[in-house]
Amino acid sequence: MFDLTGRSALVTGASGGLGGAIARALHAQGAVVALSGTRREALEALAAELGDRVHVTPCDLSDPAAVERLVPAAEAALGALDVLVNNAGVTRDNLFMRMKDAEWDTVLAINLTAAFRLSRAALKGMMKRRFGRIINITSIVGVTGNPGQGNYAAAKAGMIGMSKALAAEVASRGITVNCIAPGFIASPMTDALSDKQREQILASVPMGRLGSGADIGAAAAWLASPEAAYVTGQTLHVNGGMAMI
Amino acid sequence: MSDVAERVKKIVVEHLGVDADKVVESANFIDDLGADSLDTVELVMAFEEEFGVEIPDDQAETIVTVGDAVKFLEKASADK
Repeated sequence: MFDLTGRSALVTGASGGLGGAIARALHAQGAVVALSGTRREALEALAAELGDRVHVTPCDLSDPAAVERLVPAAEAALGALDVLVNNAGVTRDNLFMRMKDAEWDTVLAINLTAAFRLSRAALKGMMKRRFGRIINITSIVGVTGNPGQGNYAAAKAGMIGMSKALAAEVASRGITVNCIAPGFIASPMTDALSDKQREQILASVPMGRLGSGADIGAAAAWLASPEAAYVTGQTLHVNGGMAMI
Repeated sequence: MSDVAERVKKIVVEHLGVDADKVVESANFIDDLGADSLDTVELVMAFEEEFGVEIPDDQAETIVTVGDAVKFLEKASADK
């Protein structure tokens, strides 16, 4: 089950904790992976850890020209692109009334517009081969909202709507488009929380623990697999029961 | 029928699964040959591959009949 042997995948934001975990999960199931991100050293380190079946394709998603080059570069490295994971994201939190245009624009550009451009570029090959998996990493915040994250919530909710529209367009070509919406996932950011803050967060999670990157990676591996062929336009919430939607 | 027209016809028959005798110059991909809008995008991609040319989006939108495709590709092939 969930065998990805012979499949190739591009994961954006692979220099971060979540993207790295997703790349590891796809690789463990047999896929060839291209790791994209802004920090080349982190990508090289992950590539060294994974060993074979791995390529490094750095990209700054805030640069539209670089975004346009990423899919062709990945296709050149991988031979073809079967699975695109739009995972890269940034936050620029601020109270709505204080939010700067630049904070809004940056978050929309990297979290939503880059995912649009990369998906558009990847579709050509997927249409021809009658197979594709686009997996967009959204957030629980895109569904529930969160104070201080008007920009981030808008981008993540936008991703869900975009995925549904695209899923309807390309389903007949064997291409599925789905979202994964993580809840609270352990990361350097959550490590920095005080015990009290951590307690408060965990009180809202029925499972009583933070999620791990591996929890998200497993969801991505399933969505990428042949077994998930009939699942499209969906948002899979992986949040320990924090929100049941 | 020109060589270009033959190749166009072959692609249309293959992609849309229609009878070859329906693929005439005046045939509209959507109205006469049952293509949906995504099929027309795929046809353009197939033409690009077959003829080794690039068909920009604004040009692609003007190709609505078999004859349009033949005319465009004859010109594009001659310009190469």
